[in-house]
Amino acid sequence: METAFTPFTSFGGGLLIGLAAVLLMLGLGRILGATGIMSGLVFSDASDEMAWRLAMVAGMVLAPGAIFVATGAMPALTIPVSPAMIVIGGVIVGIGASLGSGCTSGHGVCGLSRLSLRSIVAVPTFMATAALTVFVARHVFGV
Amino acid sequence: MKLIYAAVTGLVFGIGIAISGMIDPAKVLNFFDVMGTWDPSLAFVMAGAVSITFVGYRLVWRRAAPLFTSTFQVPASTIIDRQLVLGSALFGVGWGIAGFCPGAAIPALGTGRWEVALFLVAVFGGFVLRRIATTRFMEKAA
Repeated sequence: METAFTPFTSFGGGLLIGLAAVLLMLGLGRILGATGIMSGLVFSDASDEMAWRLAMVAGMVLAPGAIFVATGAMPALTIPVSPAMIVIGGVIVGIGASLGSGCTSGHGVCGLSRLSLRSIVAVPTFMATAALTVFVARHVFGV
Repeated sequence: MKLIYAAVTGLVFGIGIAISGMIDPAKVLNFFDVMGTWDPSLAFVMAGAVSITFVGYRLVWRRAAPLFTSTFQVPASTIIDRQLVLGSALFGVGWGIAGFCPGAAIPALGTGRWEVALFLVAVFGGFVLRRIATTRFMEKAA
């Protein structure tokens, strides 16, 4: 399925993602990593740490609704894979992101901006395996 | 105040994810499908996000402390170990299979699509599996 090339809105959205990362560092002195925020919701034992994560997740979840209120339409979201692939992919994402201590936001946006050596290794690694996986799924297995 | 600040930060992040197209698995998977229906848009998301963060972090770190806490908690490790490389490699495989990553899926939950909730539950399942595996491994090593 083709999707439209959107350099301007993608760059603009990226600026907002970056702004959020900077705001979190300014306010709470933390890296904005979705994996850390998610796992902290369940595995953190400090209630104070839990509270800001919950508030942040609530803000994130409200975003499509805010866009709906502002524009009259929900953001486009097409899921071109089966529920089985969502589950299998999700489990592997969970194992990988916790083992590798980060994902697209933590290693990608924040880690690269900090010039973290670990992130400079992590990002090309997951970009390469993602591209390889999509190639195999689409052009070898044809799903 | 701290919680309102965190919620607004989350909202800004979520709007960024939605506007940029990161929220849409069709677009994410097409970014990786260079040999097929390639859509390079997500490179622009990364460029936008890193440019602001790169400059913004350095401005923020001139301060003695964050607004609501006493210290900046930035990971200091520079150790490249097997966990980092294997974990990142696995993360990419899962991302390529499902088309969602955690940072895109949390805002996507707000669209009300049930597949997003399914993905996030599966991610938590993966967190639990990794913790069990690590605990077993530590017990064996001890």
